[in-house]
Amino acid sequence: MRPAKEATAPKSVDVALEAVGAERLLAMYRIMVLSRALDERMWIVQRQGKVPFVITAQGQEAAQVGAAMALRPGHDVILPYYRDMTLMLALGMTPRELMLNVFSRAEDPNSGGRQMPAHFSLPRLRVLTGSSPVGTQIPHAAGAALASRLRGEDSVTFCSFGEGATSTGDFHEGVNFAAVLQLPVIFFCQNNRYAISVPQRRQMAVESVAARAAAYGIEGISVDGQDPVAVYQVVSQAVERARAGGGPILIEAVTYRFVPHTSDDDDRVYRSREEVEQSRRRDPIPLLRERLMEAGLWDEAREQALREEVTRIVDDATAYAEQAPPPDPATVARHVFAEPSAEG
Amino acid sequence: MAVKRMIDAIREALDEEMARDPRVIVLGEDVGVKGGVFVATRGLIEKYGPDRVIDTPLSESGIVGVAIGAAMNGLRPVAEIQFADFIHPAMDQIINEAARIRYRSNGAWGCPLVVRAPYGAGIRGGLYHSQSVESFFAHVPGLKVVIPSTPADAKGLLKSAIRDEDPVIFLEPKRAYRAIQGEVPDGDWVVPIGPARIAREGDRLTAVAYGMMLHLTLQAAEQVAREGIEVEVIDLRTLAPLDRSTLLASVRKTGRLLIVHEDNRTLGMGAEIAALVAEEALYDLDAPVRRVTMPDLPATPFAAVLEDAVLPDTQRIAQAMRELARE
Repeated sequence: MRPAKEATAPKSVDVALEAVGAERLLAMYRIMVLSRALDERMWIVQRQGKVPFVITAQGQEAAQVGAAMALRPGHDVILPYYRDMTLMLALGMTPRELMLNVFSRAEDPNSGGRQMPAHFSLPRLRVLTGSSPVGTQIPHAAGAALASRLRGEDSVTFCSFGEGATSTGDFHEGVNFAAVLQLPVIFFCQNNRYAISVPQRRQMAVESVAARAAAYGIEGISVDGQDPVAVYQVVSQAVERARAGGGPILIEAVTYRFVPHTSDDDDRVYRSREEVEQSRRRDPIPLLRERLMEAGLWDEAREQALREEVTRIVDDATAYAEQAPPPDPATVARHVFAEPSAEG
Repeated sequence: MAVKRMIDAIREALDEEMARDPRVIVLGEDVGVKGGVFVATRGLIEKYGPDRVIDTPLSESGIVGVAIGAAMNGLRPVAEIQFADFIHPAMDQIINEAARIRYRSNGAWGCPLVVRAPYGAGIRGGLYHSQSVESFFAHVPGLKVVIPSTPADAKGLLKSAIRDEDPVIFLEPKRAYRAIQGEVPDGDWVVPIGPARIAREGDRLTAVAYGMMLHLTLQAAEQVAREGIEVEVIDLRTLAPLDRSTLLASVRKTGRLLIVHEDNRTLGMGAEIAALVAEEALYDLDAPVRRVTMPDLPATPFAAVLEDAVLPDTQRIAQAMRELARE
């Protein structure tokens, strides 16, 4: 397996790491560790019965952080999907905000407790609100990019989804529209091999999601989603090209979901424990840590300090969200339509 | 003030709003070079260019989905669905997305979008060029549903729809596009979304209609007026949100209610209006509520004799008025 092979390999210059730069690498690693700790805490509070439902990102942190680091937060338009907690964290959603979302509190900036957790929305980061039906945000991305281009902005639109979404009609209609109009959209598929229980081979007859790009006359690239550096490089190049008017691209980050689909799912029904354990050997967090250590950018002392910091942050976010007031039932009929004051 | 056809009033509204606000774009199948299959958008691409008047791929869900993304990102899209019969692939985008964006984001995002679609029967359009789809959308909070029946209202309501902060389903009675002419006030003529219009005053019974049926109902009212039955005709104009006060005030005055629509009978607008009157004005009624509608059929058949057998016409409406007045 790859980690063992790397451990026995002689130390050499990691060209990719050098290209990305130490500061960004350490930021990536910190976000991944923080995301995992928040994620694990979310499952705990769900199992404690404090919240009814969670849907999280474990296993997919590298793909998400790599992509996020290639974007300009608050400038580029983002259409995430429900697995994108690490992406949100990397763009600038705070741990408290993520926990407020999980606890469905009034202060939750995503929806004030109206949506299930992980249905992200945040105007300050230009994160457009999304829904549960899979793939519906894909045409939205084309439309958002159309608007940005019409205004002469150099922003790109980043649209994230799983491989199951690529079977929907909205994927076809949205990607085709963006391709025909050469819109600046990064279509970013996190292929975690399962759409709930249905494996990739029952989802598509092509070998990869990236192969689907050919049907639209756009470039399709497949990248190792467990390697944040590789994802960062691929997305950076795509973003640069899209900003310059080069049109859309379909990027497939091949990854794996370590946890069940949601807290209501039992993944033992559809995948073996051996398969999950095998995939955990390519957990992106230890993989990056080893690379950082080999490059002399990380050590045990720093690891210990980070773990302590992350625990403090997660404790704070959880305590803050838990005590935060729930939404006021008196507000339940608000925002069906624009309120007169908002229309100006 | 000039007399115009409804189709020309619609084109004027689009043109004026595109000139007034650079955020307004038009997108749909054949809306650009061809100017739309009913030529509602003719001339716009020459004036505003292909970046703002967009011939889209043939993809209704995509058209509405793209318009939603553009609306959230600051534009004022007017999406055309070529026929209302083709709107069903976009139902998920309209109902699950457009209608719920403001609510689900707790007011953080809005979706100022207009979906225009020609609707209705009476043009020998058969199953898939005749449908009335208004009740599907009127059922969904978060959507406004507008149906004009006159050129003046078509222009004024479409301009209001484009300026509205929320998604508006704007259904155009295509049989009226060229058949109905009327005076349209000059200048920036805007008609507010919401209020119904008393199209004819009367005291014997209230008849509620919209779209092309409004004109047939007015003709029927003129027929029965010669027999001494004065019908008050209400042009609904906005189906959602419903102008309850105008409806109830008229029914309280006349004590009799007839609802006319070419949509199916079951769970059509007539059902909701009848329920409203039953809840709020039952003791003001002198007779049971009546409806003249299409029968509950999957769709409108193509052959002329078959379509004529099912579509409400002036004679049927007048007969219902006579019977209701006698009860």
